[in-house]
Amino acid sequence: MSRLLPLLVFAALCGLLGFGIRWNTHHETNEVPSPLVGKTAPEFTLPLLYEPAKSLSRRDLLGRPYLLNVFGSWCPTCQDEHPFLMREGKSLGIRLIGLDWKDQPDAAKRWLQQFGNPYETIIADEDGRAGIDFGVYGAPETFLVDAQGVIRYKRIGLLTPDVVATELKPQIVAVSKVATP
Amino acid sequence: MLPELGQFALILALLLAFVQCAFPLYGAWRNNVTLIALARPVVAGQCVFVVLAFGILTYAFLAQDFSVAYVAQNSNSTLPWYYRFPAVWGAHEGSLLLWVLILNIWTVAVAALSRRLPDVLIARVLGVLGFVSFGFLLFTILTSNPFLRHLPALADGNDLNPILQDPGLIMHPPMLYTGYVGFSVAFAFAIAALLGGELDVSWVRWARPWTNVAWAFLTFGITLGSWWAYYVLGWGGWWFWDPVENASFMPWLVGTALIHSQAVTEKRGSFRAWTLLLSIFAFSLSLLGTFLVRSGVLTSVHAFASDPRRGLFILVFLGTVVGGSLLIYALRAPKIAGGKAFAILSRETLLLTNNLMFTCAAAMVLLGTLYPLIGDALGVGRISVGPPYFGFMFALLMIPVVLLMPFGPLFRWASADWRGTVRVLRPALILAVVTAVAAKLMISDLPLRGLVGVAATLWIGIGIALYALKRWRDAPAGRRYTPEMLGMIAAHFGVALFFAGVLITEATSIERDLRFAPQETQRIGGLDFTFHGVASVQGPNYRADEGTLEVRRDDLLVATLHPQKRQYTGQQMQSKSDIDPGLFRDLYVALGEPVGSDGAWSVRVYVKPFVRWIWLGGILMMLGGFTAACDRRFRAQFSVENAQAPSARPLQLPV
Repeated sequence: MSRLLPLLVFAALCGLLGFGIRWNTHHETNEVPSPLVGKTAPEFTLPLLYEPAKSLSRRDLLGRPYLLNVFGSWCPTCQDEHPFLMREGKSLGIRLIGLDWKDQPDAAKRWLQQFGNPYETIIADEDGRAGIDFGVYGAPETFLVDAQGVIRYKRIGLLTPDVVATELKPQIVAVSKVATP
Repeated sequence: MLPELGQFALILALLLAFVQCAFPLYGAWRNNVTLIALARPVVAGQCVFVVLAFGILTYAFLAQDFSVAYVAQNSNSTLPWYYRFPAVWGAHEGSLLLWVLILNIWTVAVAALSRRLPDVLIARVLGVLGFVSFGFLLFTILTSNPFLRHLPALADGNDLNPILQDPGLIMHPPMLYTGYVGFSVAFAFAIAALLGGELDVSWVRWARPWTNVAWAFLTFGITLGSWWAYYVLGWGGWWFWDPVENASFMPWLVGTALIHSQAVTEKRGSFRAWTLLLSIFAFSLSLLGTFLVRSGVLTSVHAFASDPRRGLFILVFLGTVVGGSLLIYALRAPKIAGGKAFAILSRETLLLTNNLMFTCAAAMVLLGTLYPLIGDALGVGRISVGPPYFGFMFALLMIPVVLLMPFGPLFRWASADWRGTVRVLRPALILAVVTAVAAKLMISDLPLRGLVGVAATLWIGIGIALYALKRWRDAPAGRRYTPEMLGMIAAHFGVALFFAGVLITEATSIERDLRFAPQETQRIGGLDFTFHGVASVQGPNYRADEGTLEVRRDDLLVATLHPQKRQYTGQQMQSKSDIDPGLFRDLYVALGEPVGSDGAWSVRVYVKPFVRWIWLGGILMMLGGFTAACDRRFRAQFSVENAQAPSARPLQLPV
């Protein structure tokens, strides 16, 4: 019996580790509750990527809900996300604003030329200040902001068809209803 | 084209690993001389293809082939060439390939340096190593292919994590891996002995130098890692009980127990079950570490990108290897406790205590590391235990080790002379106590830890010195110190230095977060720090704000320090501290943030006495491990009665 003891202890350990894997796959580790959800989006005034002379601020975007997608040409996960935005971006039924985060404008333009531009407007946050105000962990991240400028939903990481169908779409429908009563 | 060849080489290596595992093991079982003789050439063949694959990946980094997804994710056109090497193992896929490469090098070394051992035993050893290699190659190919293309090719890569762009990292992972992959050799020997039903324990003698070398590399790897964390992470800490650190520390603890246990088994025939189990545990914990780091089950500052598929694969592999070996152990471990009898006061008892303490320490670290997971499983939420738990428990478990260590070499096997030993050690005890009391009187606010540090260091250090002196007096010239003994002396002395470093640093460090206006001088720990502002400098692939601080003692310039805050190409900030190193104290300065508009910055200043001793201790332990492995006794021809069946020495094939 005592010879079997190490094996039994190890079996218990394996059970625990197996549980760990299961837990991880069933819990969304991307769900870091954001203190910003339900609050007004932070103030920002950022230059447009393609027309640096002009700028866009939080106030300019009030009145209609929009989706703010944080991306960067340096970010491989954004690359993974990009085809989805190209394909489905139009059918989301909401304005898609790109926030080019901690990126060099020229690199971003090259990147967009290569892979396509799904955004209605792109603002450039070269030094990452706005990213800090928004509490961005890393790109890609997506914020849903309603017509009153309140953040309604936040996604850290890749937007997948699954996440969009189960989480984002219902939220978009909700804010769109509020916007056009 | 080349990356595809690399992948092809990996697949060929996988097939050869299968051959290396299955055929020699079957041959050893069936006593088939041809299959047994197959082991060595296949080992060489597999190694060639793994080296080829690794070389191709390295070339892809050097040549900046951004069509390879892994290269694009971990390199950048501005990355200096000397950081493209560590970039090869900077993330999951490449580090896995490094793992396999190092396993292959160990296997080739075993195959080449074991001509004197029975071929049946070596066939089994190489077969077991082949199984491990097979598992890891399969894992690489199925879930973590480093040669995956990203087409169309990217214009530029994402850059290597700046924290990894450091000379320390060129050496740290290879040393660490060489250490814990090296435990696979002791493991393979143990399994081969169990499979072959080895009745005598001569296999332990052959396994010992391999275990010592692996342990020495692991010691060095951990020491390097600690030193790297100290000067790169910018917090001035040298050990964080982070899950990834624990993953390398657990095999080290069990490995430490194993090298002691092997000594007993080899010399006295006792502790056979301990040696077998510890051999299995040391390598199992290496595998477990690999699992923890790569499965995403635990989060850590330096965990690799995780993927549940990978986790599942390693778990199944871990279950097969460890579960299988423990099952073999349960079925085949020697039924009778062998070896010579020993009294309670004997070296055996002390080494048994050592085994117990180190195994308990490893279990304690394992428990603490898995604590968040246990919390989840019991439904009480994900709780982590941090340094307070580990530090307290570890100190507790090390108390008997420190107290008993000087007795170890002085106690004789079987039955020790208590009075004689105490007489030898009396000066060490007196000096330790007297110095601790004197230190307390001189520095009234010296915390308990400092006192303990001083006492423990002197007790162990002088204790081992007294042992060396006794050997010098008692033994005839030329036979005073064997390499094995010298290694032991060096390593135990290293432990003394290590304790001095840890306890004195922890007790007396000064840490300050200060606001420095330009040209302002502040006094910290008897030294005057003058801040001369921040200037902008340009590195090969970063821009940095560089501060200048002059340190004076009574108007005499001690050091000029230049801490930096770096902004890497398209990446986050990375603070680069500057250190004025010294044998008795380090001055450590890290740049914080600008405060206000008058050019003032927040600066973190540490004065750390004796911190270098931590790593000096580690280096001495490593040297001890290597020295002990050189003992000629381990390479002695196996005696005739140990050679098993006559068929065990068939035709010799060139490797």
